[in-house]
Amino acid sequence: MTWTWFHRLGSPPYVYALAARLTPWFAWPAALLIVSGLYGGLVLAPPDYQQGDGFRIIYVHAPSAWMSLMVYTIMALAAAIGLIWRIKVAHAVAASCAPIGASFTFAALVTGALWGEPMWGTYWEWDPRLTSELILLFLYLGYMGLRAAVEDTQRADRASAVLAVVGVVNVPIIHYSVTWWNSLHQAPSVMRLGKPQMPASMLLPLLLMLLGFTLFFGAVLLVRLRGEVLDRERSASWVRQALHV
Amino acid sequence: MSGPGIPAARGLSRAAVAPVAGHVAAGAAASALDAARLVLLRDLQLAFRRRAQLVQPLAFFAMVTMLFPLAISPELARLREIAPGVLWVAALLASLLALEFLFRDDAYDGTLEQYALSGQSLTSLMFAKTAAHWLLTGLPLAVMAPVAALSLGAPASAIAGIVISVAVGSVALSLIGSIGAALTLGIKRSGALLSLLTLPLSLPVLIFGARATQLAISGGALLAPLELLGALAVLGVTLAPLAAAAAVRISLE
Repeated sequence: MTWTWFHRLGSPPYVYALAARLTPWFAWPAALLIVSGLYGGLVLAPPDYQQGDGFRIIYVHAPSAWMSLMVYTIMALAAAIGLIWRIKVAHAVAASCAPIGASFTFAALVTGALWGEPMWGTYWEWDPRLTSELILLFLYLGYMGLRAAVEDTQRADRASAVLAVVGVVNVPIIHYSVTWWNSLHQAPSVMRLGKPQMPASMLLPLLLMLLGFTLFFGAVLLVRLRGEVLDRERSASWVRQALHV
Repeated sequence: MSGPGIPAARGLSRAAVAPVAGHVAAGAAASALDAARLVLLRDLQLAFRRRAQLVQPLAFFAMVTMLFPLAISPELARLREIAPGVLWVAALLASLLALEFLFRDDAYDGTLEQYALSGQSLTSLMFAKTAAHWLLTGLPLAVMAPVAALSLGAPASAIAGIVISVAVGSVALSLIGSIGAALTLGIKRSGALLSLLTLPLSLPVLIFGARATQLAISGGALLAPLELLGALAVLGVTLAPLAAAAAVRISLE
């Protein structure tokens, strides 16, 4: 077994071409899974006996919330790899992750607020999960803000990588402290999203959506990565050849 | 680093203390502990040459505390209820304000560069700088917090609990802040960015600190939140100087 495939992952032209080849393999299954998940969740699944049709927003909310955390972890992992082994492509991956993760976080917040209106009677409840999501959004904004503020790309890469690693150490601490804070101030009467005792007809579409969102993230990441690599290598000769200019 | 290397604009006060930095740089033979002690003493000495800068975060803390009675109501019963939150938000903002002084002057006149090149562990030097920063801002805040709390209707029996919780919590705040301050070195108009980086990471300190203060005011057992604050401070002591040193090296590249 040779390791050349691994070393080639550090080369921007190779990654640029690989990302183009891989994108449809993520995009089509993602589209298929999301469409079937939405059909299953919005049409086939029975209404919840307590929440009626309102619960159906879970099919967008829960996968978004799940992705917001997963993308942050992937971003921090890529940033750490870039920081430790000085791999430029890893930094490009981290940079491409941030706006996607922030969008998922924003989607989770908006759907959470919309779901809260019929359930709690208010758009915003200081629920520990929603509060953690809000803090996560600020972490993403800080990461992107630092990246935007440092002009030199390499310095921006490394500084934001330190921030991402510090952030990923802090995310569980923040989450548990917020949960602890909330349990002091609120009776635990709030209904929980994603109860495990869901019937299969409700759970299956949710799993399809989770998988679909993950693959969707992969597809968007690959597209963004190509843009990021092009931007970073704009003065390289292979870019001119690849773009036929 | 010696006298002529310092821009005249930095003034006499820094020039007179600068040889200490020279000792750190020259002292490859000195142990890491000696170097850290020198840096700590140098930062304290520099700060006491400019006392006005020391007082500013404290005045800011007092002013923010004063805003709440004016904005909400002068009734002590109501103020007592919000006192823990007011104290901790004001302390958090004051420590954020003080962060700007942490590395700025040293980055400006090249002292940080000399530290990085000195052969000493930059991590321990960062820890020393943060320790000095805490002694100059965190500790005075802890001493002043009960005065603010009393003015918000807290009973005298709460004083000890408030001092301890602010003292322990501000250790964690200084350490978290040192990472943000190091990351934003060399960025112009970095104030808003610094708060965007630092505040989300400081929220656990705010939560546990406000809870400890609340328990101190209501006369409850505040050991649990204090222990959690202590845990955050210990975690900060072990990890934050590493991250700050890495960030300083990156910004010097």
